[in-house]
Amino acid sequence: MNTALVMEHVLNGFQLGMLLFLLAAGLTLILGIMDFVNLAHGSLYMVGAFFAATFTKLTGNFGLGILLAVPAVLLVGLVVEIVALRTLYARNHLDQVLATFGLVLFFNELVQIIWGPQGLVIPFPSAFDFTVTLPGGITYPAYRLLIIGMGFVVAFGLYLLVGRTRLGMLIRAGASNRDMVGALGVDIKLLFTFVFGIGAVLAGLAGMLYLPIGGAYIGMGELILINALVVIVIGGIGSIRGAFIASIIMGLIDALGRAFLEDFLNFFMTEGAAETAGPALSAMSVYILMAAILVFRPQGLFPPRSR
Amino acid sequence: MMAGIMRHIVSVRGIVIVALLLYLLFLPYYASAFYINVFTRILIWAIAGISLNLILGYGGMISFGHAAYLGVAAYTVLAFAEQGIYLGWVQWPVAIILAGVVSAFIGTLCLRTRGLHFIMITLAFTQMLFFFFRSLDRFRGDDGLRIKKRSEFDFGWFELDLMDRLTFYYLVFAILLVALLFVFRLVNSRFGAVLRGSMSNDVRMQAIGVSTYGYRLTAFVIAGMMCGVAGLLMANMERFVSPAVLSWTVSGDLIFIVVLGGSGRLFGPVFGALVFFLLIEFLGDITIHWQLIMGPFLVLVVLFARTGIDGALNGLDHKLRVRFGRGQSGDEEMSS
Repeated sequence: MNTALVMEHVLNGFQLGMLLFLLAAGLTLILGIMDFVNLAHGSLYMVGAFFAATFTKLTGNFGLGILLAVPAVLLVGLVVEIVALRTLYARNHLDQVLATFGLVLFFNELVQIIWGPQGLVIPFPSAFDFTVTLPGGITYPAYRLLIIGMGFVVAFGLYLLVGRTRLGMLIRAGASNRDMVGALGVDIKLLFTFVFGIGAVLAGLAGMLYLPIGGAYIGMGELILINALVVIVIGGIGSIRGAFIASIIMGLIDALGRAFLEDFLNFFMTEGAAETAGPALSAMSVYILMAAILVFRPQGLFPPRSR
Repeated sequence: MMAGIMRHIVSVRGIVIVALLLYLLFLPYYASAFYINVFTRILIWAIAGISLNLILGYGGMISFGHAAYLGVAAYTVLAFAEQGIYLGWVQWPVAIILAGVVSAFIGTLCLRTRGLHFIMITLAFTQMLFFFFRSLDRFRGDDGLRIKKRSEFDFGWFELDLMDRLTFYYLVFAILLVALLFVFRLVNSRFGAVLRGSMSNDVRMQAIGVSTYGYRLTAFVIAGMMCGVAGLLMANMERFVSPAVLSWTVSGDLIFIVVLGGSGRLFGPVFGALVFFLLIEFLGDITIHWQLIMGPFLVLVVLFARTGIDGALNGLDHKLRVRFGRGQSGDEEMSS
């Protein structure tokens, strides 16, 4: 085990964390501002990947595919929001969970009908098919660095949008008192639709970025959605900063756990026992972290100050 | 008392319930072997639904991880079977107790939170168990394992043969009735009053001097153990256990069964499980893409049928009573 190997897994963790963040950012905005649990957020991730795959195959260019897939996901997100979700904002969480659970089933089946049960893969985009030598002599795939960079760009963009613009002010105001903002003459419905649109695009984008690595398949959104929910719980509901940091923590724990936990356990137990306990523990580790945080800080690491 | 019960039975809802129970009682006389299996499965899910209803419907605890206890109990049965131990007297109590221990652990942590957090954390813990069981090579991970035979109950002078389809069906039916009676007694006791009180206004309950945490946790553990009963029955029914039994969609289906039937209503989960699975059977016959219809159906139920099937029947009775001028019906809600 050398530094380069550890660094590589750390970068892997960052890359995973950034995908999680793209999903969790939208989810936490929607949750914090509209008090709305959207399980179908993972479906937008899946739909994004399928759109990107289709458009990449049509145009023969991954970049062009993404450019076309983003508006497509936005459209799907807006249609879902206007047709199905809007009526649910005033409902309790149970109704929201159940209705969006229904949407997950619906989307899975719809995608299966349109694209077939096998899923889609695209050839790795040649423009990014090279490795970068980082300081310290570590070589790392450029595409994964792109994902990490994208995560930082989105995080910074959201920080500017929410913290520095008039729109962001309205979003924050909407989060702390919906009715009052509405009474002051802001079209709260439009604001919600806008926020939902941002969330949909970010989720779709995460799916598109994942596509060259893992392909598009049915049910891909569910696992990452549940992890994004854990991120939100750890980070504090409604907090983008919390989501960002918690995503990175989760990505790191997952990547490093997968890579090194078994070796680490070998210090303490026999090889056979470590071989059994390693994978089990590393799969459970993020949830164990969540349980621990819950015990000491039930409101999450960075709860938003406004509430 | 007697008059009260009579008035309950002489109503559309009462007639439907009595007819349903009689139908289930005499099911083997007119159902094929296939449908007896279908109904056994439905009744097992109804038991799981009843256990979820106890905390969700009467206690306001929206557990999105109730499948965890199905899984723990089912895997306990599997683990014993793998060791060649089929004794029901060993398998069943251990399965129920383990489900109770796990629910006590999860409940202790989760009940520190409310609302949204509670939903997500119960979900996350069940995911944790899902990955735990999936990582166990001993039970073939994702693929799951078959169980050779169902649990054995040998009383010496008489042996309960669960491999027999009818015996197993009637055992499940009997357990369902016991579960219904148990929940009925429980929610109408002082304990149930505190539980329901904590759902409608927890702050007020604490203000009048009741520490609700213990009550809520107790209900959570009882529900977990009861769901464990459903889990061990499920393992016996399918004679196959895989991590899919605690997949997050199972937890979602359970919530749907409760809400569809009418949450916080005694017979709700029975109605819910029946309609849910018969609908799947029905839609499955028409198209393989039945989920395309099931998903929107779920959304529509949430949007338009908030009191569920049991509530709809109750509403119908209410309308009839008003129509024919048979007095007030204010006491309906509590006693059922």
